[in-house]
Amino acid sequence: MKMSGAQMVCEALIAEGVKTVFGYPGGAIMNVYDEIYKQDGFEHILNRHEQASVHAADGYARASGEVGVAMVTSGPGFTNAVTGLATAYMDSIPMVVISGQVPLSLIGTDGFQEIDAIGISRPCTKHNFLVRELSDLPRILKEAFHIARSGRPGPVLVDIPKDITAEIGEFVYPDSVNIPSYSPTLKGNKRQIEKAIEAIVKAKKPLIYIGGGAVLSNASDLVREFAEITKIPAVETLMARGVMGAKNPLLLGMLGMHGNYASNMAMSETDLIISFGARFDDRVTGKLSEFAKYAKVIHIDIDPANIGKLVNVDYPIVGDVSEVLEKFIAKIRGQVNAEAYNDWREVLERYDTLHPQSYEDSNEVIKPQWVIERIGESIGEEAIITSDVGQHQMWAAQHYPFDRPRQWINSGGLGTMGFGFPAALGAKKAFPNKTVINITGDGSILMNIQELVTAAEYKIPVINIILNNHFLGMVRQWQTFFYEERYSETDLSFQPNFKALTEACGGVGYDVTTKEEFDAALKDAIEKDKVAFINVQVARFENVYPMVPANGALYNMMLAPKQIEAKETK
Amino acid sequence: MSAVRRVISVLVENESSVLSRISGLFAGRGYNIETLTVAPIPDSNRSHITIATKGDAKTLEQITKQLHKLVPVYKVIEHNEMVEKEMVLIKFPIEQNLADIQVLCGAYNGGIVNVGEEMIIGMVADEPSRVKHFVEASKRYHPIEVVRGGVVAIER
Repeated sequence: MKMSGAQMVCEALIAEGVKTVFGYPGGAIMNVYDEIYKQDGFEHILNRHEQASVHAADGYARASGEVGVAMVTSGPGFTNAVTGLATAYMDSIPMVVISGQVPLSLIGTDGFQEIDAIGISRPCTKHNFLVRELSDLPRILKEAFHIARSGRPGPVLVDIPKDITAEIGEFVYPDSVNIPSYSPTLKGNKRQIEKAIEAIVKAKKPLIYIGGGAVLSNASDLVREFAEITKIPAVETLMARGVMGAKNPLLLGMLGMHGNYASNMAMSETDLIISFGARFDDRVTGKLSEFAKYAKVIHIDIDPANIGKLVNVDYPIVGDVSEVLEKFIAKIRGQVNAEAYNDWREVLERYDTLHPQSYEDSNEVIKPQWVIERIGESIGEEAIITSDVGQHQMWAAQHYPFDRPRQWINSGGLGTMGFGFPAALGAKKAFPNKTVINITGDGSILMNIQELVTAAEYKIPVINIILNNHFLGMVRQWQTFFYEERYSETDLSFQPNFKALTEACGGVGYDVTTKEEFDAALKDAIEKDKVAFINVQVARFENVYPMVPANGALYNMMLAPKQIEAKETK
Repeated sequence: MSAVRRVISVLVENESSVLSRISGLFAGRGYNIETLTVAPIPDSNRSHITIATKGDAKTLEQITKQLHKLVPVYKVIEHNEMVEKEMVLIKFPIEQNLADIQVLCGAYNGGIVNVGEEMIIGMVADEPSRVKHFVEASKRYHPIEVVRGGVVAIER
C-alpha cells in the first residue's frame, strides 16, 4: 500500500499494538502529527515538556512490561528528551522514542532546530537509527521495537528527517526481524547451571540477591518458587522491590547504601551469592574490596558485560533470568536440604531483631516514614507507587509493603529528579483502575511540575504526596554527615503554595500538618479522582537510616541514633 | 593488575555511524585506544576494524563484552596467534644520504617510495615493535614528518 513516511510511522505503531503515545509536536515532526490527527488507532497524550513525555512512556513501560513510546521534534525537542532516554537506559526499560530531524538536505548545515541526535543519544540508548531512505523506515521501526524489548531491554531512538515523513512509498510492515549481528543469549549454559547447583548444595550460608532484571524478565513467581523450595533467604535491590513480596518470611529486605541491617550483614557474611538479574552497582556493594568477602558468586544475567564487571564471578550464567530459573527449579528439587540453612536463617533473624528497619514515630510532627507506612496500610497492594529521587525515595523503598513486581517505579540507575510525576501518568494510562501515587519531595516535584496541566487536561488522576521538609533532603543529609552542616544551596524554605498551584492548574490540593489531616486528605484524594497534591509537612531533619557512607564497607552502617543506644545496652 | 597490550579485531556492519559507536564506547568508558584502523571487507557489506588497546585483564574483558553488545557488531576477535603489521611513511630532507636511507628502510622490509626535489619518502610495513625501532633509527636522518598507519592483524 502506498503512503507517506508519516503515515508509515502511525501504521507501524498500530501494528506494534501501541495504545498510548506521549509526545510534543514541532516543526520537524509535524507531518507525523498530521497523520496522528487523522488516525484513531492510538491515543496521543500531550505532555507539557518533552522530558515528561519520555518519562511517561517509561512509566508506562515499567508498569505494563510493554514498550513505551514517545515522540518529539528535532533540536530542543530531542535534547529535552535526553534525560528521559538516559533514565530508561540506566534501568534497562524498553522504549521507542521517535524524533523528527531536519530534512536530509539540511543535515550538517546547522539548520534551524538541527542537532546530531544520533551522536548525542548514542551513549544513552541501546541502539539508535537515523532513517536515510523511506524504503528503510518500516524495517527500522520493526527493528527498533524488537531491539527495545529483547535481550537486556533498553530505549531505542529513531530519528526521522522531515522530508522522509513527507515522501510517498510502498508500505509493508515486516513480520519478523533479521539482524544477524544481534542475538541475545537467553537459555543459560546447562553445564554452568549444574555446577551452580552443586555450589548451592555445598553452601552453608547462601543468599539470593535479586535485581531489577528479575522484574524485567517477569521472573517473580519463579524467584519465589526457588526461594520456597530451598528456603534460602533473599535480599532485593532498590529495583527489585516487590519481587519476593513484603510478607515473604524469606525476604530480609533491601540491601545497599540504605539497606536494612540484616540484609547488609547477610551480604557481608554469606558464603554464596545467587544473583538473579542484579548488577552489583556501587550503591549496593559499597567498598568493593570489603564486599561479600567470604562468598562465591553465581551471577545470572542476560548481559554478559555485567558479569565480572565489578565483582569476580565463580559461576557465570548468561541468560534470561526466567529461562535459567526454570532450569534451576527443575533440577534443584530433592537436591537441596532446606533444613541445612536453619542456623544461617536464625543468625539473620537475630540481626533483624537487633536492628529492625524502624524509626521513632512522633505525635508532634509527622515523620516521613509514617506517611509511607500509612499509604501502605491504606491502599497497600492496590496501589502503584512511583517516586522521585532523594530521601523520600529511600523511605518509600524501605517502608512500603510492596507485594508484587512492577508495583514500585523509580529511577534507580540515573537517579532522575522529576521522574516520578510523569512516570505516574504513564503508569496510570497503563492501569487506569489502579490507584497511582507518586511519593515525592519538595525538591523533585518542581522538576516536572508542568505535568499538572497534562494530568488535569487528560483527567489522569494520580496522587502526588510531597514529603515536604523544605530541604533538598538527601543532599542536606550528606551535608549534615560529611560537610559539617554547611547547608549549601539545599534550604528550600522558599517554595510555592502547592495547594494553590495545584488548584490553579485544575487539580485538587491539600496542606497537611497532622496525621488526621493526612488520612482525610488521602481518602478524599482517592474519592475525588482528580490529579492531587498532598503537601505533607514532615520532620525537617529526619535522616535515612541505616546509611553506608559512599565507598564504605557494607557492614559499617550508620544506624539511627536510637538503634545505636540499643546496641550499646546489649 | 598490570596493563597489557592487546589487538582486537571487530567485524561490523558497514554503516555510517558504526565507527563513532566504537570510538564513542572507548571514550565514554575510559578505555585506551593506541591505534585504530578500519576498512571495508571486499565483496561484503561488512568492515574490519582493528584496535590496538591497553588495559588490565578485567578492562580487556569488558572491552570485548561491551563491543559485542553494540548492535552492528558481528564478531569480536581477541588475537592470540596472529600476524600483526603496521605501515609507516617517513619524509626526509633531500640533503640526507639517499643510499643510507634506502639501506635503513631495506633493513625493515621497506624502501624508498618517492623522491622529489626537496624530500625523500621512505616506507616500511612491519611488526609494530619493529616499526617503532625503525622510527627511532630514522631520527639521525632528521625526518621532517612521520605518519604511522595503525595496526592491522590477521589470525594465523
